[in-house]
Amino acid sequence: MITAIDIVLFTLLAATGLALLRVRNLFAVVMLAGIYSLLSAGLFTVMDAVDVAFTEAAVGAGISTVLFLGALALVGPRENRPGHTPLLPLVVVVVTGGALVYGTMDMPGFGHADNPVHHHVADHYLEESEHEIGIPNVVTSVLASYRGYDTMGETTVVFAAAVGVLLLLTGARRARSRASPAERGGGGGGGGAGRGGTA
Amino acid sequence: MREEIIVRVGAKILAPFIIMFALYVHFHGDYSPGGGFQAGVILAAAFALLALVYGLEAVQRVLPLWFTRMCAALGVLIFAGVGVVTMLLGHGYLGYNALAPDPAHAEHGQHYGILLVELGVLVTVFGVMVTVFYLFAGRGRRDS
Repeated sequence: MITAIDIVLFTLLAATGLALLRVRNLFAVVMLAGIYSLLSAGLFTVMDAVDVAFTEAAVGAGISTVLFLGALALVGPRENRPGHTPLLPLVVVVVTGGALVYGTMDMPGFGHADNPVHHHVADHYLEESEHEIGIPNVVTSVLASYRGYDTMGETTVVFAAAVGVLLLLTGARRARSRASPAERGGGGGGGGAGRGGTA
Repeated sequence: MREEIIVRVGAKILAPFIIMFALYVHFHGDYSPGGGFQAGVILAAAFALLALVYGLEAVQRVLPLWFTRMCAALGVLIFAGVGVVTMLLGHGYLGYNALAPDPAHAEHGQHYGILLVELGVLVTVFGVMVTVFYLFAGRGRRDS
């Protein structure tokens, strides 16, 4: 049963990936990328990684699609024809893909009980979490308690990303409006400056 | 899209349920999949939906940019602050056992600590997602 679901999901993933390559309408590309994320979320669910699936569905299929649509409103829905031959990118992709596949040769089989990943600290987390943390969802206890420092670092990274976007998208605008105060009297510029003033 | 009555009414009906679901995902993260990160994203999605249907200005009257920006920083402060509080209570940084009201059941402190730091994650992720959305969605309108 699981195998059948895997086959269906992987087939749909491959089909979506191929469609992503062929389609030139960027609106369709954004929608297909959302579908791709949703299918990945399905795959994570089949692998029992429900928390990851949840995140993938919310971020990949949800918020990213909206952000892509916001970017599309700026750049227009058509993709320009590339100005170069696809030969060099093809070579790079084939070599990188080959190296990655070669890298998986040494990896232990997926889901084997004696894989190193299941025996470093995982045993302790799974067996002791009930007494030490006292909550049923081991993912949450690992994320927020055993690996609390890591999660704090991740939160800081998310915050840093917002600071970066703020600097890129509003910092440049403010510098420009300061450089040419005459333009600030205009219709669009006036709104921008007013919004900057409330910040 | 702003003229479509079905979309407008549908978004209005859905939004409170999405917000409730986000809070459920956060507070139930100890028992079921989910947690602060997913809750923050879902909460942000509710406001993104409203902004898509009712326009950016309408949503920013309720949830201004300065507030979401403050949320982004506040969440990190909550997370790091929990660590400082546990240190002041005589435990290690982020040693949640310090938060237990009854020292005999130290693991209860873990529950409170996890809820608090996940709240920090929620606030930051919500603030960041909405801020980034505002900036992207508002940009084209400002330049045109």
